[in-house]
Amino acid sequence: MNNCTERLHNGIIKENPTFVLMLGMCPTLAVTTSAMNGLGMGLSTTVVLLFSNMLISALRKIIPDRVRIPAYIVIVATLVTIVQLLLQAYVPSIYSALGIYIPLIVVNCIILGRAESYASKNSVLPSTFDGIGMGLGFTLGLTCIGIFRELLGAGSFFGMQIIPEEYNIAIFVLAPGAFFVLAMLTALQNKFKAPSATNGSVQQSKLACGGNCAKCSGSSCMANHEVLETRKRQAEEAALAKKKAALAAKEAGLKAATEKKEQ
Amino acid sequence: MKEILLIIIGSALVNNVVLSQFLGLCPFLGVSKKTETSAGMGAAVLFVITLACIATSLIYTYIMIPLNISYLQTIVFILVIAALVQFVEMFLKKNMVSLYESLGVYLPLITTNCAVLGTALTNVQKEYTFLQSVANGVGISVGFLIAIVMLAGVREKIEGNDIPYSFQGTPIVLITSGLMAIAFFGFSGLI
Repeated sequence: MNNCTERLHNGIIKENPTFVLMLGMCPTLAVTTSAMNGLGMGLSTTVVLLFSNMLISALRKIIPDRVRIPAYIVIVATLVTIVQLLLQAYVPSIYSALGIYIPLIVVNCIILGRAESYASKNSVLPSTFDGIGMGLGFTLGLTCIGIFRELLGAGSFFGMQIIPEEYNIAIFVLAPGAFFVLAMLTALQNKFKAPSATNGSVQQSKLACGGNCAKCSGSSCMANHEVLETRKRQAEEAALAKKKAALAAKEAGLKAATEKKEQ
Repeated sequence: MKEILLIIIGSALVNNVVLSQFLGLCPFLGVSKKTETSAGMGAAVLFVITLACIATSLIYTYIMIPLNISYLQTIVFILVIAALVQFVEMFLKKNMVSLYESLGVYLPLITTNCAVLGTALTNVQKEYTFLQSVANGVGISVGFLIAIVMLAGVREKIEGNDIPYSFQGTPIVLITSGLMAIAFFGFSGLI
């Protein structure tokens, strides 16, 4: 049980996906126009993450290593479809506010990242708690950013008007505001040297891409592929250097022989 | 014809995919250090999104609607896109070596790019016809190309600037993108 609480603590505080690992930036910027939207998106992602971690860790010995990424994608896409249909049926207001970002949970790098780096290597119970912890951490991050943007931009807190309309800074609920809020957040992390993926002070994750979304250009498997390619190239270069050295040694030997002859 | 043109302009400038929809943010921030590489990335995205729009639109209208399985769109689209990218990569490697050499590096990176899946899903959501979906795909990817090349240009210029310590690295890039997003607001009166 101790292990499970440790996973929760790890997901919510130590490796918070929004504030520390900086993963899943697309939904973070797009849906945090209000605190409610952030909470809805966070909880939907938590549900998907919880079940995907559970299923993937239960199936980890059955899924062949070579087709694991497509298998994970199918599992995640199935879960996302279920969540989408449930939201459409029971919370239509959140469903219409989040729109296209619900199906896009499939390509959220937190989910595939956790599947690849944790659930595929650990047993079901810790993986489930890892999913819950990471999901709650993501929810916390999205809700905090949402509260901040809603308060500054619309003057309200979960829909309750607090600041009168004439003092609102409308840009914070619009698209540029999202960039500015995130820029301030990362700048503050730099200033106080807080652990964050953007200033390189967080221990790199086990993924080849280091779990850094800003440096990631698509998929974790591709980064792994890149690492393999560079290793291959290094091996080739080493082989070439060896050959050159052998050649040089041969030449030197020949030279010495000719010099001896001349003498 | 006029309608197609409006869709292209609308998705390229007015609702820019990165600056107002926040799709494809990872390559936008990650591959925008140099203009050349960012142009390569943009071209590869243009190529893949256009092909993905053609494929997903055909599959949706001719297979999924007759079989009444349109609720499976997320699963089908992500798999179709992943398979398509793999296939395109193999085809280019075999038959068009020069094109492969210029785009090849970026192709696999795009498989799980949310802009591609996002475009396919938007087409379905807005009930676009085949031609309209392709136009929307071209528009969205042109918008991506414009945004990433512009950001790379700005980043090259601010490379040697004296930026305060706290804002070095990611924060200044995000501020630049925010200012670009404000500039793109200017297009909203266009349509």
